[in-house]
Amino acid sequence: MAPPPAVPAPTEGHGLVRTPAQLVASAEPSSQGARRAVDRGFLALCLALTALAMVILAVLLFSVWRDGHERLSSEFLTNYASRKPGEAGVKAALWGSVWVCVICTLTALPIGVGTALWLEEFARPSKLTSFIKLNISNLAGVPSIVYGILGLTAFARLFGTVSSDTPIAVGDPDGFLFLQLPFGNGVLAGGLTLMLVVLPIVIVSSQEALRAVPRSLRTGALALGATQWQTTWSITLPAALPMVMTGAILAVSRAIGEAAPILVLGVPLFIRSVPQNLMSDFTVLPLQIYNWANRPGEAFHELAAAAIIVLLAVLLTFNAVAVVIRQRLRTT
Amino acid sequence: MTTPTDTSKGADLTLRRPEIASGRADAASPAPTCIRAAGFDGWYGEFQALKGISLEIPRCRVTAFIGPSGCGKSTFLRWINRMNDAIPSARAGGTLTLDGQDLLDRAMDTVELRRRVGMVFQKPNPFPKSIYDNVAFGPRLHRKFSRADLDELVESSLRAAGLWDEVKDRLNASALGLSGGQQQRLCIARAIAVGPEVLLMDEPCSALDPKSTARVEELIRELEDEYTIVIVTHNMQQAARVSDRTAFFFEGTLVEVGDTDGIFTNPRNKQTEDYVSGRFG
Repeated sequence: MAPPPAVPAPTEGHGLVRTPAQLVASAEPSSQGARRAVDRGFLALCLALTALAMVILAVLLFSVWRDGHERLSSEFLTNYASRKPGEAGVKAALWGSVWVCVICTLTALPIGVGTALWLEEFARPSKLTSFIKLNISNLAGVPSIVYGILGLTAFARLFGTVSSDTPIAVGDPDGFLFLQLPFGNGVLAGGLTLMLVVLPIVIVSSQEALRAVPRSLRTGALALGATQWQTTWSITLPAALPMVMTGAILAVSRAIGEAAPILVLGVPLFIRSVPQNLMSDFTVLPLQIYNWANRPGEAFHELAAAAIIVLLAVLLTFNAVAVVIRQRLRTT
Repeated sequence: MTTPTDTSKGADLTLRRPEIASGRADAASPAPTCIRAAGFDGWYGEFQALKGISLEIPRCRVTAFIGPSGCGKSTFLRWINRMNDAIPSARAGGTLTLDGQDLLDRAMDTVELRRRVGMVFQKPNPFPKSIYDNVAFGPRLHRKFSRADLDELVESSLRAAGLWDEVKDRLNASALGLSGGQQQRLCIARAIAVGPEVLLMDEPCSALDPKSTARVEELIRELEDEYTIVIVTHNMQQAARVSDRTAFFFEGTLVEVGDTDGIFTNPRNKQTEDYVSGRFG
């Protein structure tokens, strides 16, 4: 027979009389029912809020679909804008959006990821780097119309260094290879302006992606004799890439939906052509929607709704492509 | 498929220096010194983590560093392959040499040094790549290999780490799918694959279960013939089992160093005796 467990005697000297076990046993139990009720209530609240968000989204999608689906057809995608609603389409805006988004992605990704790599992997911590990091986070909150004005000054007008009356041009204005200084309000200026809008988002999300890579992977590579660059290129960046891509998806999605900075550039609101080169005139889907929604007449409002459906479809396509890339990177 | 079919060639590692490959020819004669510290001091900012360490680590032997947490043994280990360079406040003084070469020289090529001095960490840290690519990563950094040579190097490294039979059919599978003990042996294979002379092991078994620990300890004993091994451990029995020499660190000083048998059965210093007998620390 084992002896019964002795009640531990309070240690002499510290003045405490009861043991932890005695204190717990003597305390009044809190109401189990109330705790459960709060637990269930909070769960119900969360579900209700989620449902609310879903309902708002569903109502939005439903009303847009109800107004616009009859206008959707292959002609809607292949026709230019027109004064006659029956013949109007989004060809110019759709291709303008695609051009601008591709330019925005191709410029924002290398610059943004490169900046994040420098800040996180190469720069020694200093007052300067923390000042830069703080300001990049602040830039992410600047309204996009402000970037529109910056884009107008920096890209469209090149700070006034080259007169737009006597532009410096290289190449055939009707061919694909045509460049001109200043850029004016062509697709290049539009894409670069959207790059300014999304760059802070790309940088911040890439920084977070790099910070999420365990330090032990870097030390493991360095201990094998890898240089800083080899470690970054072969270990850190591949490990961070899925998260970098997620940030890029969000950034490009924002760029597709921006109207204000493009409006500030002074692009023509009515256009019947598809971009031929980086200097071509263009419009984008949000501007086309804005244009139609502003016109009197039910028919144009239906066109606006149909264009919103196209914009959402483009958005989903971009997202789907990025998700596929991300999944592929994650599995290999 | 990367599995080489011809396995008869054995472990002829292209990177290894021939005189190292001959190993410990005579276990009875005293081994030549590989790493030597004399009056070595290490600081983190104003804090002196290591005070006047004088120590000789023999070639092709296992040397164990023991001592309570914060005694400086890991810091000392990380100076041998200059991993402390990553810590801006870390400084060192005195003498620390590898084969007579000054390890504290500012002009020291740390990339080449870390090829010669491999390191295995406390927690297994395989790269999120395939088993093959984990082992091939290091060699590819330093040399150009033909596909066949690389296959052979990967196999011989995995064999040396005692992992080949367990992974030979899934070399292209992710290394993250291995068990903890297998991952740690993969990290050892990865370190071996660049052809080092020295292997530094920083508590290599502290995250492993007893069975995996026994397997890694057995491996350390096998590797001793070809590599100078320095192992930091909190496990006294482990030090006694795997090492030829033991160094006892306490509060930044080297209290006692000698043959492992002597340290554990007949320590000269009272502190050492208290520590190895479990009375403190």
